[in-house]
Amino acid sequence: MKRRTGKADLQQAPVTFAKGVDERFQASTPLRALLNKVFPDHWSFLLGEIALFSFIILLLTGVFLTLFFDPSMTETAYEGAYPALRGTEMSQAYASSLHLSFEVRGGLFMRQMHHWAALLFMASIVVHMLRIFFTGAYRKPRETNWVIGMALFLLGFLAGFTGYSLPDDGLSGTGLRIASAIMLSIPVVGTWVSASIFGGEFPGHLIIGRFYIAHVLLIPGGLLALISVHLGLVFKQKHTQWPGPMRTNTNVVGERMFPRYALKQGGFFMAVFGTVALLAGLFQINPIWLFGPYRAAEVSSASQPDWYVMFMDGLVRLMPNWQIYIGDYSIPPLFWPAVVGLGFFTTAPMAWPWLEARKTGDKRIHNLLERPRDNPERVGIGSMAVTFFLWATISGANDVIADKFHISLNAMTWAGRIGLIVLPALAYFIAVRVCLGLQQHDREVLAHGVETGIIRRLPNGQFMEVHQPLGPVDDHGHPLPIEYGGWVVPKKMNRVGALAPAVKGFFFPVEKPSEAPVSPGMPPISGDTREEITSGRK
Amino acid sequence: MTTLHHDAPDAPEPVDVHDPRLTRLDVVKEGLRRDEIELVTYESQFQGTNSKAEKRVVRNIALLFIIAGLAAFAFLAFYIFWPWRFQLGHTAGDYFTPLLGITLGISLFAVGFAILAWAKKLLPHEVSIQARHDGMPPTDEQKITGQTMIFVGDELNQGVQRRPLLKGAIGFGLAPIGLVAAAPLIGGLIENPHKADQPDLFTTGFSPVKNGGNQVRLTRDDGTPIRPEDVSTGGQMTVYPGVPHGATNEYADSPTLLIHLRSDDAEETRRNADGDRRNRGSMWGDYVAYSKICTHAGCPASLYEQQTNRLLCPCHQSQFQITRNAQPIFGPATRRLPMLPLGVDEEGYFVATSDFKDTVGPDFWERP
Repeated sequence: MKRRTGKADLQQAPVTFAKGVDERFQASTPLRALLNKVFPDHWSFLLGEIALFSFIILLLTGVFLTLFFDPSMTETAYEGAYPALRGTEMSQAYASSLHLSFEVRGGLFMRQMHHWAALLFMASIVVHMLRIFFTGAYRKPRETNWVIGMALFLLGFLAGFTGYSLPDDGLSGTGLRIASAIMLSIPVVGTWVSASIFGGEFPGHLIIGRFYIAHVLLIPGGLLALISVHLGLVFKQKHTQWPGPMRTNTNVVGERMFPRYALKQGGFFMAVFGTVALLAGLFQINPIWLFGPYRAAEVSSASQPDWYVMFMDGLVRLMPNWQIYIGDYSIPPLFWPAVVGLGFFTTAPMAWPWLEARKTGDKRIHNLLERPRDNPERVGIGSMAVTFFLWATISGANDVIADKFHISLNAMTWAGRIGLIVLPALAYFIAVRVCLGLQQHDREVLAHGVETGIIRRLPNGQFMEVHQPLGPVDDHGHPLPIEYGGWVVPKKMNRVGALAPAVKGFFFPVEKPSEAPVSPGMPPISGDTREEITSGRK
Repeated sequence: MTTLHHDAPDAPEPVDVHDPRLTRLDVVKEGLRRDEIELVTYESQFQGTNSKAEKRVVRNIALLFIIAGLAAFAFLAFYIFWPWRFQLGHTAGDYFTPLLGITLGISLFAVGFAILAWAKKLLPHEVSIQARHDGMPPTDEQKITGQTMIFVGDELNQGVQRRPLLKGAIGFGLAPIGLVAAAPLIGGLIENPHKADQPDLFTTGFSPVKNGGNQVRLTRDDGTPIRPEDVSTGGQMTVYPGVPHGATNEYADSPTLLIHLRSDDAEETRRNADGDRRNRGSMWGDYVAYSKICTHAGCPASLYEQQTNRLLCPCHQSQFQITRNAQPIFGPATRRLPMLPLGVDEEGYFVATSDFKDTVGPDFWERP
């Protein structure tokens, strides 16, 4: 029989605990697989992480905001700390937003963090999707994640819109008014849709409460579910990687998830969090107290939505006033950019992976990314989409541009309309040419070597530049042809190790510099023969 | 035990993990082997232990953590002691939010960089290669699972096929339950926009019907009525229906722009208005009133350009020509702004002789 000792064996305690856990949950094998999972590394793989981290910040700050916000449209006379609005009739929602901004310690900071994180969330989704698109990361087997990504953008768009409508200030009320007009423009059922969502005629008394529950429960729930599936698929399918030494379509080259990769993720999260904190502290965003409560009769120029809605606003501005009449009924022009346009631009790209696979007949699995230049047509089409999006976004602020640069507003509108058709085509052409040019330069360096900048004069007086071959040479000293590997071709001498490695240390070297690589044909000058460079004076 | 040779990582063989001679790294490597991972490079970033460079990195990381702690303390101090209540004018309270942002930002950045430096500079440099398994030819598993699913389908299906009563009963039983789930959602939310005799869509606060049959006065946002001489020539004023809550969002479609035109403009406006069935006789003297709610997306078309008599909507830049029945002349709006028939009552205040004769606000499918 074991002798009972007074003190527990502290060293043995974690082991016993771990054994107990494993006996109950059989966790050791999956846990080891998780600890050991290999992740490839590249800066561009971190763009999606920014979206994930922003989402976490949104959840954290959002919960704080709900503790103070009152989603009610009951009218009240403001009696709070902001003197300019005292005595003004306003909704409870607006009054509680003002209270949150002025009378809750740190409330304004949290509100601004929430708003900045939302802008960053959408921005990183867009940039992340550009990375996915231009490198062909959406190809089989990752089409599903591409579709989920588009859905996340759309959900984020709705989350943003419902969110900035909640304070019920002058600007968000105007946004709601336009949203109601967009609903009204839907053929046949428009008035029914608007009446059902607003609970009667605009604005009614329900919309803030309805948007609130959508904003804090339904949409975040959807986002959370989709993000979980998105990450689960990244995990299951393993991340794509760039081509390069040792990298093939059937392996992942990188580092184990724990400890190094996970630590780097943690550090990156803190950096993103810090960025949002700095933005929120130093840069004012959505100063609702300046807009006043929503009044149907009041709006000023420079009324812009958040940036990710601006492309739609721009399209609405640029749409010509073409009304379609069908007997006694009609379809207002607002319908095309705001309902059809938004629906098309957020869902049609979902089909892109299958469209491309069908066109190229490529049914293979792709785990290696493609450099954008190696697929000029894809880059061309992507550039078209980006140009269209940016031009529409710029047009969403055309009144501000017209005002600041003293351009006629009508000229801005016409430039927007014409540009929306002409510029994407131009962007396609330029992008394809740039890709082909870059491809050609890669092949040139592979064939002739790196330009050294050294000019040699031949006995006959001819000048020629010396090239450093990247690989073996033939008997005449001409480089043997090298196959293009789908990855960066070194184009500068320091990329092939021509410069000595940097010495570590800021004021003085902390270690002996390692030896520079030595070319057998050109032995370095030994230390003794070096002469100190002096000014020449004695 | 030949497997202990580290110089042959290409062909690792299974080892007995209970072998007491194995180091911990050997056991870890066995785990890696089982996860099909090959540890190609695993080496310290420093020459020797306790090198000068290593100490320097450690010092820097420690410094970053200390900065993080100090900044976090500073955040707390500012949060607790700094005056933060809003006051008019330039006060120390203005710096409350920036101070929170700067201290928290520095703190989080320092933590972030400390962790990053730890991972990138201190941990051993490593390259691992793990095998992927997608795109493999179909395995037995695919076949087995597929057949199982079809079998399950058959089990259910044959049951239904052989028992037609069940088929009908299931259909009859489940379909209504599905509808029950949808009914409260649709039934509760749905609102008929046309339900009243005078649907809100087509009436505004200026409708005499809602004012006991009396003509509705034009009022300012504080509810005071307006006399013609209150608006100077070339001037304009936003007016609301003189009914309870007339200037609130209760009547979001009612704000109207009352304009006192110069007489030559007024003449032109009247000529155009009288040439139109709906606007005939709606002006009063040199005064004209148009709905302020843009017919495009419902923003208030509030920017009045006196010189050209144009009204501009700041949301999407639709422009309306006041003198020509507020016809849209630029931008996405299709429809002109409705004109409010003006009159003056016996006390000399402006009234609307009737509601707008055209539908106010953004356009929709069944607008008459």
